[in-house]
This record gives sequence, C-alpha cells and structure tokens, in this order.
Amino acid sequence: MIEADKNQEIIICRDVHKWFDSFHALKGIDLTVEKGEVIVIFGPSGSGKSTFIRCINRLEEHQKGQIVVDGVELTNDVRNIEAIRSEVGMVFQQFNLFPHLTVLQNIMLAPSWVRRTPKEQAHESAMQLLKRVGIPEQANKYPGQLSGGQQQRVAIARALAMQPKIMLFDEPTSALDPEMIKEVLDVMIQLAKTGMTMLVVTHEMGFARAVANRMYFFDEGQIVESGTPNEIFQSPKEERTKLFLSQILSH
Amino acid sequence: MTAIEMQPPRLSVGPFAWLRKNLFSTWYNAALTLAVLWLLYALLRPAIQWTLTEARWGVIEANLTLFMIGQYPRDQLWRIWLAIYMLSGMIGLSWGVWREAARGFAFIALGAGIAFALIGLLLNSDVWINWLIADAILLALYAFGRILPGRGASIASLGWLLYFPLVLLLIAGTRLIPWLSSVPSRLWGGLLLTLMLTIVGNFGALPLGILLALGRRSKLPIVRYFSVGYIELIRGVPLVTILFMANLLVPFFLPVDVQPPDTVIRVMIGFILFEAAYQAENVRGGLQSINRGQYEAAQALGLSGALTMIFIILPQALRAVIPALFNSFISLFKDTSLAAIVGLFELLRIGRAVLAQSEWLGTHREVFLFLFIVYWGFSMAFTYGSRRLEEALGVGKR
Repeated sequence: MIEADKNQEIIICRDVHKWFDSFHALKGIDLTVEKGEVIVIFGPSGSGKSTFIRCINRLEEHQKGQIVVDGVELTNDVRNIEAIRSEVGMVFQQFNLFPHLTVLQNIMLAPSWVRRTPKEQAHESAMQLLKRVGIPEQANKYPGQLSGGQQQRVAIARALAMQPKIMLFDEPTSALDPEMIKEVLDVMIQLAKTGMTMLVVTHEMGFARAVANRMYFFDEGQIVESGTPNEIFQSPKEERTKLFLSQILSH
Repeated sequence: MTAIEMQPPRLSVGPFAWLRKNLFSTWYNAALTLAVLWLLYALLRPAIQWTLTEARWGVIEANLTLFMIGQYPRDQLWRIWLAIYMLSGMIGLSWGVWREAARGFAFIALGAGIAFALIGLLLNSDVWINWLIADAILLALYAFGRILPGRGASIASLGWLLYFPLVLLLIAGTRLIPWLSSVPSRLWGGLLLTLMLTIVGNFGALPLGILLALGRRSKLPIVRYFSVGYIELIRGVPLVTILFMANLLVPFFLPVDVQPPDTVIRVMIGFILFEAAYQAENVRGGLQSINRGQYEAAQALGLSGALTMIFIILPQALRAVIPALFNSFISLFKDTSLAAIVGLFELLRIGRAVLAQSEWLGTHREVFLFLFIVYWGFSMAFTYGSRRLEEALGVGKR
C-alpha cells in the first residue's frame, strides 16, 4: 500500500501530438511523472517545451495521444478540465497577476469562488502563503507596485492557494532581472523540498542540479534525452544535448 | 563616496513671474501682447455690451421653471425635489463608500447646489432652501458612507440599482398609489426630460452593450452573427430613424390587448437600443486590450468562463475604456435633442416654444445662449467627474 502510494503515477502522457495549423509542435511525447517528483524540462526556444506543459492543464489542446492527470483523462469535457485546473497550479513567465486586484485579492480570488472557502479562512491561508514566499508586508499593494521577483513570488502563492497536487512552472525566471532570479528559485527549491510534484521549464541548471529528480531535453517537438541531473550533466549521450548544454553553461 | 542629494532646481512661479516670462519677456513681445489684448477687446466689446445692457434676460427668468421641467404639474414639484434629494444622497453615499472614485461627481453636485442656491437668492426665489437641503443630504450621507462597515459598496450599488426605477416611478406616478397620481409623459419636459433620456439611455445601454460586445467575441456562430448584425445595423442608420421606428413600431410588436407604452418610454427604448451598439464597440475595444495571459492565469486557477469575465476581464476592460464610455454618454446627452422630432418637449424644444411666446419674440440670442450654457455646463461636469473617476481607478498607472 505504502509502496503503491510512493510510486503513484500522477501524470501520464502517451504519444502526445500537437499541431499549430500545419506546424507540428509536439511529435509524440511519452512522459510519466510520479507523485513528489521534480521534473526539469529544457531545450532551445521553439522546441515545444512550453507547449507541452501547457497541455497538461489544457491551456493548449493536444490533438493525438493521451494525457492522464491524477487519474482523469483530459478530454473536451469542460467539467473535467476545470476540475484538473484547480488541482494543477501554474506559474507563468510573465507572472500574469491581475493588475486591478491587490496581492491579497489575487491570492484569495480562486479559493473563495472556486473552492468556496470562507473569507476569513481564505484570508488567513493567503497571509500564510505570503509569509512562506517572504513578502507578507506587500499584501495590500497592487502588482504594479512590486518588483518582478516579488510579483513572481505572489504568482507562486496564488497558485499554491488552490492547494494543487501539481505545480507547473513555465520559464518562471526568464523575465526577471538577474538579482531577482535567486529569490524566486529559493522559493521553488523550498517548495520542491516539501514534496510537491513539479514540472519546471527552465534553463536554470543550478536549480536542476539542486532539486530535479529527472531532466528532459526537448528539441523540435521531441524528447531527445532524459535522465537524472548527474547523467545529463556528466555524460550526456546525444550530440544535440551536449551542444545545447555547452551553449547555456559556457557563460 | 558620499551620496549626492540635491533639491530639484526651483522654478520661479506665481502669476507675475509667469506673465513676465511668457508675455513681456522682450519689448516686441510686450507690444504683441498689448496688440492682441486690444484686438480681443475690440472684437468682444459688442458681445459684452450686449450681454450686460441690451439682452432681455427676463425671458430666461420668466420661463426658468419651464426650461427645467416643462409642463410638469406645478403642484407635483415635490416629486422632482425628492428625486434630486435622493440623487444627492446617493452621490454622497457613493463618495463616502468609494472615496476618490466618486469625489469628482460629489464636488460637482455640491458646487451645483451652491451655485443654484445663489441663483435662487438672486432671483428672489425660495428654491435656494431646497438646494441647500440637497447639499446637506449629500454631506450627511457622505458621513454615513464613511462609517458604514464592510458592506458599504454593496449597499451603494444596490442603491444605484434601485435609484433609477424608483425615480422613474416617482416622476411618472401610478394609479395604484393615491398620493402618487400618474403624470402623463407628455407633460414631462425641459432639462428634466433631457436628463432622464440621457441617464436611462446610457445606463440601460451599458449592460446590453456589454452583452453584445461579449456576443461579438463568442465562439458560437449564431450569437456572434446576431451581435455583429445588430451592431452594424444600428450603427448604419441615423438616430432619428431609430427614434421614428421606436415610436411607430413598438406598438406593433405588442399583443393587441396590451396598452402600448407612451412616447417617452418608446423613445427611451429607442435610445437604449441605439446607444447599446456604440457602447458594445467601446467595450469590445476594452476587451481587445486585455492580454491573453490574464485569461490563461484565470483558467489555470480553475475559474470558469463566467467568473473570469466578471472578476478579471470586465473590470479591466471597462476601466480601460472609461474615456470612451463617457464620450458616448456626453454624445447621447446632446443627441437627446433629437427627441423633439417625435414630439417630446426636451430642453431645446422648450427653448423654441418659449421663443413662440408673444411677449418674448426676438429673444433668440438670449434663449440659445442660455441653452448653450446649460448643455455645455452639464457636459463639462460629466467630463470632470469622469476624469476624476479615471484618475482614482488609475487608468494607465497600474
């Protein structure tokens, strides 16, 4: 029983294909994530890595193959999708905070209206989350008044407020100034250590080395290579992986 | 290294410094200034002289009530005052609850109250008391709004939602309530009617416009084609045509045994249908301006389409198009003068009726100048209020 729980497969992707008009963006992705795993996906731009994780909460629809999240297959059934989305948190490259709402309102909105959490309770857990990401003093400000790093931490808190089972990160640090990247990565590393299942599209190899269980190298819509961070960094098998790693690690 | 901290350089200010700098900096600049001043004086002298000495302003004074409310029964004036008090109260309450967002409109209402009270005093009329009461109510409800706990915003919203139907009932009256006898709408007139057409037209049109704007972006082809068809059809015909159609066709669409609504209501429906098409395009402009990331973030949180619209998209979209919404508002305010064509005695038509009175023949200039000032004054007031609202909601700032 315990063994089964430990190895529970929470995301199963089988032969996932996606086209944008005639452009074949994903060409048969097979990938399985177990509960509590931290997966890092990297690869050149246009390789389909963002498209792939956006398929997992159906911000993009896959057109062939099968995606099963937490035992529910993603189909066009709207109720299924909304159920999945409230179990899967997502953090975007551009933060996408709601600019007309305060930090607190940003975090409380979904729990209050989707989960129907009572206001006091939603408020309390929002404040706890803000403490966890280190910016409780910003609760009543508007996103526009915060730095990029602070905004991204609010975005993480907002996603966590729904108590998701899975967190997706779509290049969470790519839009940040260098001095702010660390504060966001620290929050993500903490989160990984609590046992959250995470799929992270990123080029922050330090983060991958620190917490990733497995890494996937995407190129041209396919998984070129996968393995533990050690395998990927020490002995990459594919030429393309070597080349790409040398390019992003060289500076 | 020590930090360098400096005050910004001081610029000379004050009216005299400004005059020196801009108008009298050199001898030829001064000469030009004086020449222009003389020219202005020469050009405007006849106009000023006419205004102060020749104009027969008595025509306005004698007909002021007519300009304001048309043929509305004089013994039912208390209803108008009650409507004004309720408006003052609602503005005061909104000011107390929403603070900066409603402050512009509150200042205008307060200023107007004082100005009208002064005019009343000048004309030896006792309406000045009523205007001071209106201001007092505004301030009292402002204070009430400030101390109102938590639920203030919902109370104020509900108040506004009830205000318009209540005022319509108050002014129209009903057979069902003995002390609120029916006043047939052909007796409504003047500024009262103009404002009622404006406000009903706009506030009726906004929800319809929002629905049409959403419909135009809908994924369902039928909804989309209907919205596009409606908007393009209405925008393609002059307002006058729509008013004629509303007046003539509304009775045809009703069952035979139903008493058709009277002309004013038909014209209001016409204005709502007309304005909705324009407001729909304004709102659509706002919807287009919302980044796709906002939808995605809302979806990723599990918000349904309706919740996303209500909490995320519409607040931002409407805030972005406040200038356009008020532009249409002011536009409709002036377009209400077209209601005269289907026989309503709105402000402009009252002006023409006044000119037909035998004792005031030949007072065109006075009457039209007065109407000009009234229309302009209200438009300015709306503009000022909307700009304050815009600033308070931080358009372009956050």
